Amino acid sequence: MEQDNIRYLLGNHAIAQAIIDSAVDVVAGYPGTPSSEIIEHLGLLKPECHVEWSVNEKVALEVAIGSSWSGGRSVATMKHVGLNVASDPLMTLAYTGVKGGLIIISADDPGCHSSQNEQDNRRYAQFALIPCLDPATPQEAYDMVSFAFEFSEKFETPILLRPTTRICHGKSDIHLKEPTATTHEIQFEKRPDQWVMLPSRARVRHKLLIEKQTEIAKALELSPWNKLDIIEGAQLGIIASGVAFAYTKEAIEKLGVKASLLKISTYPPHVGLIKQMLDSVKQVLIIEEMEPIVEETVRSISGINIEIHGKDIIPRNGELDLTIVEAAIAKIAGLDHDPYIPEQTSIELPIRPPVMCPGCPHRATYIAMKKSFGKDAVFPGDIGCYTLGVQLGTMDTCLCMGASITTASGIYHAGETKPICCSIGDSTFLHTGIPGLLNAVYNKADITVAILDNRTTAMTGHQPNPSMGQNVLGDTTYAVSLEEMAKACGVEFVKTTDPFDIKKTIEIFKQAKEHKGVSVVISKQECIITARRRGQRLGLFAVDTDKCTGCKTCIKIGCPAIEFKESGTKGKSYINSFCVGCGVCAQVCPFEAIKEVSD
Amino acid sequence: MKEFDLIIVGVGGQGAITASDIIGKAAVRQGLPVQASETHGMAQRGGSVINHVRLDCKYGSLIPEGRADAILGLEPVEALRAIEFLSPDGVVVINTNPVLPISVLSGSSKYPEVETILTQLRSRCKQLVAIDAESLAIEAGHPLTSNVVMIGALSNYLPLDVRSFEESISKIVPPKTVAVNLSAFRLGRKQVE
Repeated sequence: MEQDNIRYLLGNHAIAQAIIDSAVDVVAGYPGTPSSEIIEHLGLLKPECHVEWSVNEKVALEVAIGSSWSGGRSVATMKHVGLNVASDPLMTLAYTGVKGGLIIISADDPGCHSSQNEQDNRRYAQFALIPCLDPATPQEAYDMVSFAFEFSEKFETPILLRPTTRICHGKSDIHLKEPTATTHEIQFEKRPDQWVMLPSRARVRHKLLIEKQTEIAKALELSPWNKLDIIEGAQLGIIASGVAFAYTKEAIEKLGVKASLLKISTYPPHVGLIKQMLDSVKQVLIIEEMEPIVEETVRSISGINIEIHGKDIIPRNGELDLTIVEAAIAKIAGLDHDPYIPEQTSIELPIRPPVMCPGCPHRATYIAMKKSFGKDAVFPGDIGCYTLGVQLGTMDTCLCMGASITTASGIYHAGETKPICCSIGDSTFLHTGIPGLLNAVYNKADITVAILDNRTTAMTGHQPNPSMGQNVLGDTTYAVSLEEMAKACGVEFVKTTDPFDIKKTIEIFKQAKEHKGVSVVISKQECIITARRRGQRLGLFAVDTDKCTGCKTCIKIGCPAIEFKESGTKGKSYINSFCVGCGVCAQVCPFEAIKEVSD
Repeated sequence: MKEFDLIIVGVGGQGAITASDIIGKAAVRQGLPVQASETHGMAQRGGSVINHVRLDCKYGSLIPEGRADAILGLEPVEALRAIEFLSPDGVVVINTNPVLPISVLSGSSKYPEVETILTQLRSRCKQLVAIDAESLAIEAGHPLTSNVVMIGALSNYLPLDVRSFEESISKIVPPKTVAVNLSAFRLGRKQVE
């Protein structure tokens, strides 16, 4: 029987539940896979604490810091690359320390399932000199939250909780604990020596931070998250960290290998347990995803009489799994290991990459953009659903949040003479696009900035943003105008268009291209997913096969609702049941062969 | 021992996450530990999705290649794409209705004949159950219940009671659709003798 205290939960929902159970005061974050469901879930549960989608991760962390300095328990959530944006406050926060417990949740993405890189943020903890917890299972992520708050408060340090994709988007039976935390007094106390990082005070705090490290390391050694199992007479020792521990445990059992096993889930790594392990075996294998952080610690304290393996056989890139871990252990243990893997099929399977949805307004914007600027123009891009514009040839770069306008400026200033039109979404523009736009005007770049305003933060699951007039709880709030924002940055050419009106949008892009200096085109049309959820139903379209010449102009727009079927010498286009009635194909057809059907 | 490793594959938007939720919740109802892993984020935009569900599992959520007890294929090509996960004693339950990827729609690549896919799958598994889930879903009362039809067929092989599935479905699907989803489940379950 599913009992009240055992629930089948997504890792991120379990973390959200633990946050509520810890009587938190403020939670702030910016959406990013695989972290988004933590705040999303809190928004639905409507707890008593303050929850917000902040405009970016730096803002989110600073909001959490303000709350912590006032005595509030606080959380900042983000994806791994979000911590790059928040790294400025992070590095000095380590010096100042905290008052109310402060957890920074960085959801890492080994394997780049939904990210532009796979950086290992345990390095940030090392860099900033703050402790880090690396859960091996969703249950452990849940259990670590209350521990992290208490630890953070006891040592007045922020703490990094670093679940990976397999924890955040893993689901399991979560055993919930009785909430014990109670609310606490909120009062901002003036502590100039601690909260005001003038150089003279920063020098003092840095020294204190370094001194505190020994105490923190000792306390982590007493924590329940690390575990050593010495097997009598075993020559091989295996040290595994985070989610890799789960694969390692299974591999040891399946292979039947006699090995001592050390689990490391806190950083800095537990030196005492590592020493005990090294003293009892002749050979050590360190299994960790991404960077050799535990391995570096092991090598720094080991003697010469022990054989150490790690990144020489475990990949430093990509995600680990049981197959990789089993092969590595078998190799070190000298076992014959030839697991059964079914033969791959000999027939060619069509690939299925993600695509823009039928009726996606970005497709329409890109058709118009390409028509006005020509395919040889330079199209710097940004991060969101519209990055899929790479399939339409209108996405020439994608680096990090907000980098479209800035790299476009750099391309212009370097002397590139082709027209430059960059794309950025509404939420990304508000995240880190504004400084780039201000800079482009200030330094006289001659570029066009297309703001693809689909009225939501779509890619991460349709979170609200400041231009929508709605917050995470669904409450009404001030809706910032993108037009006025662009004008305030000094842009003289600011025009808004509905991309579903292709002809008008082409005309506006042409004017923007001719404009000397920075021009901004706001291409505004609601995301088709949210529009349909709201109940929007438009008239559907069909191909008049008598008029269709099989020219494939409509096929080239890459809509999943349009099919090309060979028939005799010439093929023709057909519209399938995925059509949602955006009408873009009808506008691009040179033969007027696509028409709206009445019912 | 009720250990069972299941791979669920399909196309973003087909309801693969709901399918793994129904199974996972049914398992927890029976007191089994579960570890599952889902595809969220970018790949959901019409791309290939793969979910791992491990029943009675005390390890990590990823099923190794060659060891899944079953593949639930909501789409034929995606089932064949995931074949490397299946154990030689494994079962494949697939929906025979293709969802054509954009490269096929545009005529730049070909979708294999469904019969060819079935032959390939048959040679790599102990038992293949091929179901026209769309027709059965319509028979049950709504075309969107085809993933629940598929769970019904698969349920014959899982170490879980019918009652657990039915309770789980009743909790997960929208309240107004409980009856039609339950009939979709029962219709699917009857497809395996």
